[in-house]
Amino acid sequence: MSPTQIVFWLLSVVALVSALMVLISRNPVNSVLWLILTFFAISGHYLLLNAQFLFVVNLIVYAGAIMVLFLFVIMLMNLNKETEPQKNKWLKLTGAITGGSLLWLLVSIVRSAGDMQGKAAMVKEGNIGLIDNLGKILFNEYVIPFEISSVLFLSAMVGAVVIGKKD
Amino acid sequence: MPIQYYLGLSMMLFCIGIVGVLTRRNAIIIFMCVELMLNSVNLLLVALSKMHHASAVATDALTTKGAEGQLFVFFIMVVAAAEVSVGLAIIVMMYRNVHSVDVNFLNRLKN
Repeated sequence: MSPTQIVFWLLSVVALVSALMVLISRNPVNSVLWLILTFFAISGHYLLLNAQFLFVVNLIVYAGAIMVLFLFVIMLMNLNKETEPQKNKWLKLTGAITGGSLLWLLVSIVRSAGDMQGKAAMVKEGNIGLIDNLGKILFNEYVIPFEISSVLFLSAMVGAVVIGKKD
Repeated sequence: MPIQYYLGLSMMLFCIGIVGVLTRRNAIIIFMCVELMLNSVNLLLVALSKMHHASAVATDALTTKGAEGQLFVFFIMVVAAAEVSVGLAIIVMMYRNVHSVDVNFLNRLKN
């Protein structure tokens, strides 16, 4: 196995195991920490695909800002104990069967798709993921969506303040 | 790296997120599973963008085909950040009203 493959499998195993631990762990704080580990593994995948801009943005925005927001909310509501009651075993089984059959359906569709046969994702090379190229495309062709997203941020900020205000 | 591996990985992450949404009842953990599903789609978009670039660069070495996929990922991250701020505000409001984050208490629309 080449080093690229070793890194790929390592990151995939870390991502899947920590995503499963998000579900399994009873304590919400542990779930947040496992989810941060999942995001780190996905960021590692971005770096392997040479999408360096998205690597940095994923680390700063997801693993940094959003998960800290989750932790703040959990600490504010004093949920860092196992308050979730045990529930119906059959409901869990039904959820697992539903997810598993959806996965089986998706995998069988992809395996029979002719478009994907023999295609490979370019790893460790290609410069489309660098900030030089992405910035040029963003500010030449996608200026209007970029500005609209700033309006979206403003409205989300106002909305969060209005919803969260005590009245 | 074959594209099927990335497809399989992101579909597994997506299905783990779906199972989480279906089986947990803590609203914050359901929200985290939604974030996990968004991230799996992001990974899929980046892998497909690199696949598209690999087939386009064979004919033209200086092409930037495939960069749109990574820009879409950027916009998805922007929307996800806005969504998280509003969603967590809603969860805080819900906790203030019913003193719990169990989604089974939110059944007033049912009757």
